[in-house]
Amino acid sequence: MLKVSNLECVRGERSLFKDVNFSLEAGELLQVNGPNGSGKTSLLRMLCGLARPAHGEIRWLGDNIRSLDEDYYNSITYLGHLNGVKDNLNAIENLRISSALAGNGIDESTAYASLQKMGLIGREILPVKVLSQGQRRRVTLARLLVSDTVLWILDEPLVALDTSAVLLVKGILEQHLEKGGMVVMTTHQDINIAAIETKRLQLN
Amino acid sequence: MFLWVIQRDLLLAMRQRSDVLTTLFFFIIVVSLFPLGVGPEINMLRSMAPGVVWVAALLASMLSLERMFSSDYLDGTLEQMMLSPQPLILLVLGKALAHWMVTGVPLVLISPILGFQFDLQTDALLVLAVSLLLGTPVLSLIGAIGAALTLGLRGGGVLVSLLVLPLYIPVLIFGAGAVEAVSAGLGASAHLSLLGAFLLLSLVLAPWATAAALRISIE
Repeated sequence: MLKVSNLECVRGERSLFKDVNFSLEAGELLQVNGPNGSGKTSLLRMLCGLARPAHGEIRWLGDNIRSLDEDYYNSITYLGHLNGVKDNLNAIENLRISSALAGNGIDESTAYASLQKMGLIGREILPVKVLSQGQRRRVTLARLLVSDTVLWILDEPLVALDTSAVLLVKGILEQHLEKGGMVVMTTHQDINIAAIETKRLQLN
Repeated sequence: MFLWVIQRDLLLAMRQRSDVLTTLFFFIIVVSLFPLGVGPEINMLRSMAPGVVWVAALLASMLSLERMFSSDYLDGTLEQMMLSPQPLILLVLGKALAHWMVTGVPLVLISPILGFQFDLQTDALLVLAVSLLLGTPVLSLIGAIGAALTLGLRGGGVLVSLLVLPLYIPVLIFGAGAVEAVSAGLGASAHLSLLGAFLLLSLVLAPWATAAALRISIE
């Protein structure tokens, strides 16, 4: 479904990576590995169309994502290393607004239920700015629980999370893969997510 | 989606009221300084009133332009908006309208009271408010282009003014011109029609230009 061919990323004068090829089918997981500065984030930003590749192309269901544009965004969820939550809003407002902007409006009880799963109850009406780094990350990750997209592109989703939250996220990802979803993720942590097939891409 | 963006930005403005109040008080103070500095010569005050109020409105709406996209850019919510399945143009239009509601509408409402300081007649006060009502949305829409182009740049605030102020000139000329025409006993309808035309033109073109600028800035 997702097919990447001869992808090249250039930053300034330096080529970060080139000739990156892979394809991803339903239920498959792609784990992108590599040292700091090897272009993992740049690769993920290209995959979701925020950055333009210097060379090569990314195809979704056979069409270049450049030509799909907004249709493609119906099929993906991207969580970057910025949390994408507003400090002055509380967790419920943040979750409802970001889901609505992603084209998938939810009501307050659904938002409450997914925040409960993420272990944030009791703090759901506090402005996010008073929460800890890990709790903010949980608010961000709660979006995955309410998302109905096929392809998840996750940039270091486990950063700042404690062990119980890491297990929780692992469970969410496995459930998504089981339902035929696809995940592209980077992480420095050693976790083993069960998938039909786990592919690894090493950047250096 | 469009309504969600407006609702979100208004909610954020409510939570952080100081941003809204700074713009309003800046406008009030700048306008009030002129009668104090120039002295109580009534005819002079009357003739300079439209220009003073309009220039102050331009500067006040500039003040908050930088924040239109930069806070969303810094916390990653702008990225998420750009990945929304809805057209980016709609989203940008929503943000510009929310910016106008927060910074433009209060200026329109307070302008008749400030006009009293310059001894403007009732009909001139009314036209002043109407010209601001038509003109301030144009300021927000054009300003959005500048804010999007300078997103993430150091010293973006100064650069925004250099980019955007020249584009404000036609609005200033016809906005202040409308009030002067009424004070001189001529009708303001020609000036106001032109302001309305600017508004329609910028409603169509500015969101499109802003969306293109955002795509470049975020890369």
